[in-house]
Amino acid sequence: MLKAVKITKSFGENMVLNNFTREFAEGKVTAVLGRSGCGKSTLLNVLMGLVKPDSGEVIFDGERISAVFQEERLCENLTVSANIRLVTGKRFTKEHIAAELAEVGLAECADKAVRTLSGGMKRRTALVRALLAEYDALFLDEPFKGLDETTKRTVMAYCHRKSAGKTVVLVTHDKDECAALADEVIELEAED
Amino acid sequence: MSSRAKAALKKILITSVSMLFWLIVWQIAAVKLNSKILLVSPVDVVKQLYVLVATGDFWQSVGFSAARILFGFALGLTCGCLLAFAAGKLRFVRTLISPLISVMKSIPVASFTILALIWIGSKDLSVLVSFMICVPIVYSNMLEGIDALDPKLREMSEVFGIPVWRRFVGVYLSQLLPYFRSASRLAIGLCWKSGAAAEVIGIPDGSIGEKLFEAKVYLETADLFAWTLTVILLSWLCEKAFTALMALLQRRVERM
Repeated sequence: MLKAVKITKSFGENMVLNNFTREFAEGKVTAVLGRSGCGKSTLLNVLMGLVKPDSGEVIFDGERISAVFQEERLCENLTVSANIRLVTGKRFTKEHIAAELAEVGLAECADKAVRTLSGGMKRRTALVRALLAEYDALFLDEPFKGLDETTKRTVMAYCHRKSAGKTVVLVTHDKDECAALADEVIELEAED
Repeated sequence: MSSRAKAALKKILITSVSMLFWLIVWQIAAVKLNSKILLVSPVDVVKQLYVLVATGDFWQSVGFSAARILFGFALGLTCGCLLAFAAGKLRFVRTLISPLISVMKSIPVASFTILALIWIGSKDLSVLVSFMICVPIVYSNMLEGIDALDPKLREMSEVFGIPVWRRFVGVYLSQLLPYFRSASRLAIGLCWKSGAAAEVIGIPDGSIGEKLFEAKVYLETADLFAWTLTVILLSWLCEKAFTALMALLQRRVERM
């Protein structure tokens, strides 16, 4: 179970979340939709335990989480497959990782250092890393940011396939992404 | 031939031509001066080095100095890293160490060597001097690297629950290795320079410094140049070997 109970969070004078309560459906994709600055990423960070709420609590009965953060948070000096192995350990063979990368159009990138990749390539690497990790809940913060339409469709299909049956919280401002991936949608509005 | 190979070949060619140019200038200057005390020719230096290399005494001196200078370097690397880690973690350690590192950076090698000579005698002087040269370089570089560590990667490691050893290698070592690499590359050359200089001042028996000192006393300029060339070659070899080792380590870390 993943549940946010009466979460309130302010940054100085700016109240971002006010008494937010919601249970996230187990084994389903819940999209958190809203405009920039409405508190989507803050909510995700609170759920992941990266930001402490001013009040309220998060109830999570799982153990492991996985995420695509707002930034890629990849180790720039490691290769793409090393970044994935950093999280997965030796659960996957080199060939398996290469095959997964090929599914998102990174077939040639497995042995390239992350610092040499474009923004879109780094985003896809971060997504593959998150999807290959062992997790009970997956948190995705704008995971398709910076991808062109064709690549985005391919990557969304991959994400949908790999996360099937898992508890996923997807933060986005894109209604098309919601329509394609989400089982449930929460619309957040900026607090006044 | 690939463009990279062509560029490498061009670089080698340019370096060789410029080296040859200066060797010719040196040869001409030596012939014109015609004094084996003031300046010996490069040919004479190579001849003298050839004579020296054939003696057991040469290798004993090389072994004596290399062992001590490299030991000082290794100790300096270890202490520099440990101090940088401590200073990166604890603010009071950083404050405490800061003036000591400033003094180590600015104190003239000759002054310190004389003081060290009084403290520990001449035999292991080059160990201490190499160590003193190495520590501030490694400390400053590593601390810069530690300060530049991305805190968001630490957060990422915690979210994914990455085990400690994997986290150390993948997250921290991968970020710190470039700093360690440039520090050690700079330090190893300076350790050789200062270690040899310290031996000239302390004159430990059977060291390269002793041979340099004797060359000065007996005005054996060919010997002086041959031993100097030996120090340059040893320093260059050590730097190349260490750089290759670092590159290998970096490749291993990159691929995990």
